[in-house]
Amino acid sequence: MQNKELLVAAIKNGTVIDHIPASKTFEVVNLLGLTDLKSAITIGCNLHSEKVGSKGIIKVEDKFFTDEEISRLSVVAPNAVLNIITDYTVVEKKPVIMPATLRGIVHCPNPKCICNNEPMQTIFHYNGKNHTFQCHYCNTEVTADTVKVKP
Amino acid sequence: MHILDVVSENVCIFAVNMENRSFVTIADHSREKIEYLLAMAREFERKPNRDLLSKHVIATLFFEPSTRTRLSFETAANRLGARVIGFADPKVTSGTKGETLKDTIMMVSNYADVIVMRHYLEGAALYASEIAPVPIINAGDGANQHPSQTLLDLYTIYQTQGTLDNLNIFLVGDLKYGRTVHSLLTAMRHFNPTFHFIAPEELAMPDSYKQYCRDQGIRYVEHQEFDADVIADADILYMTRVQRERFTDLMEYERVKDRYLLKLPMLAKARENMRILHPLPRVNEIEYAIDDDPHAYYFQQARNGLFARQAIICDALGITLEEI
Repeated sequence: MQNKELLVAAIKNGTVIDHIPASKTFEVVNLLGLTDLKSAITIGCNLHSEKVGSKGIIKVEDKFFTDEEISRLSVVAPNAVLNIITDYTVVEKKPVIMPATLRGIVHCPNPKCICNNEPMQTIFHYNGKNHTFQCHYCNTEVTADTVKVKP
Repeated sequence: MHILDVVSENVCIFAVNMENRSFVTIADHSREKIEYLLAMAREFERKPNRDLLSKHVIATLFFEPSTRTRLSFETAANRLGARVIGFADPKVTSGTKGETLKDTIMMVSNYADVIVMRHYLEGAALYASEIAPVPIINAGDGANQHPSQTLLDLYTIYQTQGTLDNLNIFLVGDLKYGRTVHSLLTAMRHFNPTFHFIAPEELAMPDSYKQYCRDQGIRYVEHQEFDADVIADADILYMTRVQRERFTDLMEYERVKDRYLLKLPMLAKARENMRILHPLPRVNEIEYAIDDDPHAYYFQQARNGLFARQAIICDALGITLEEI
């Protein structure tokens, strides 16, 4: 417990993304474009979690995520929590909320969908009941396990 | 008033009136809207030639060839007095030069009051309807939707049965990939039907549509046999083609291909009101001897496409049932 608090409190200003499914940790790094950042980043993977068994955690110094970035995150880590850190203190715990409509985020797996053939945004509607995403244009459904986020 | 003020005022009125009247899918239409369009179609059947659109230009953009659908739409437009522009062969368009669908649609919107489009990509008509300043009529978008076919199917069912309510509708053949049967199933949800699905295992109705039936409270029965006893209770027998190219296992195709052919003796126990429909073209799934049987109705069904499409065009242009 001491260790966990130390990990969260170790950055002065920034964001700690917690409760990422362990297997999705590096996917989150990529989809948020964290490899392009110059600020300090700490990545923890396969950490013990009483809630989900095994989790990932990412600490990003001097970075506060936009709504669009949080939407991207929600697709692969819907139960993640963003801890907003100011002056070594957690000032806000922000659970990720999946938007009903995701624009330009989810990749449509249907090669014959118009959205893969025109210079346009994909639009997917999230169905919370069975945790699936449906393409607005071709109605193709993808499950949470198989969903791919656009680069 | 300055001439530009008049133009500006007209543009404002145009913008205010610009609700999206596109006809892209029938899945979201209410029972009332479907019945309204069918009432319009009935009016056009009574009198197909009406000078309603003499000041209108209709574009038919067929990015994928479909002679039957194009002729039906163009005849509908011509019988309403409209002028028709467009193309039947995508090779003559700028699409071959790399032009996007958006650019083509925006360009044609400058010339036409409504665009009828057929496209090989799924969702193309919906996308076009979101960007075009004029209504889009979906004449088929890949394997996705073909709503004008569905409206003419509904009209034909209504015409032959006198109602759309409480009917036994038998769907036969390729129920996996056939978009006409999927659209018909969703459009019938308002009318308390009982569906019977008759298909080989490989082309069975997808689970998603069976789930849809359960969600909507639509009764359905599945059969693999296709004989006189199975179809004895049918009000509508909707035949589709079992296509060889749909099978991964050609042995399976050879085994089932002749099990879903409708032959004259199979009509021995059919109800008097039962009618056989088919979206056409047929290959061999309905025996030619049936063409002269009173149950056969597929050619009249195709003719109804004209009236259904006249209704769709008028509705897209904001012309009401009272005005036709």
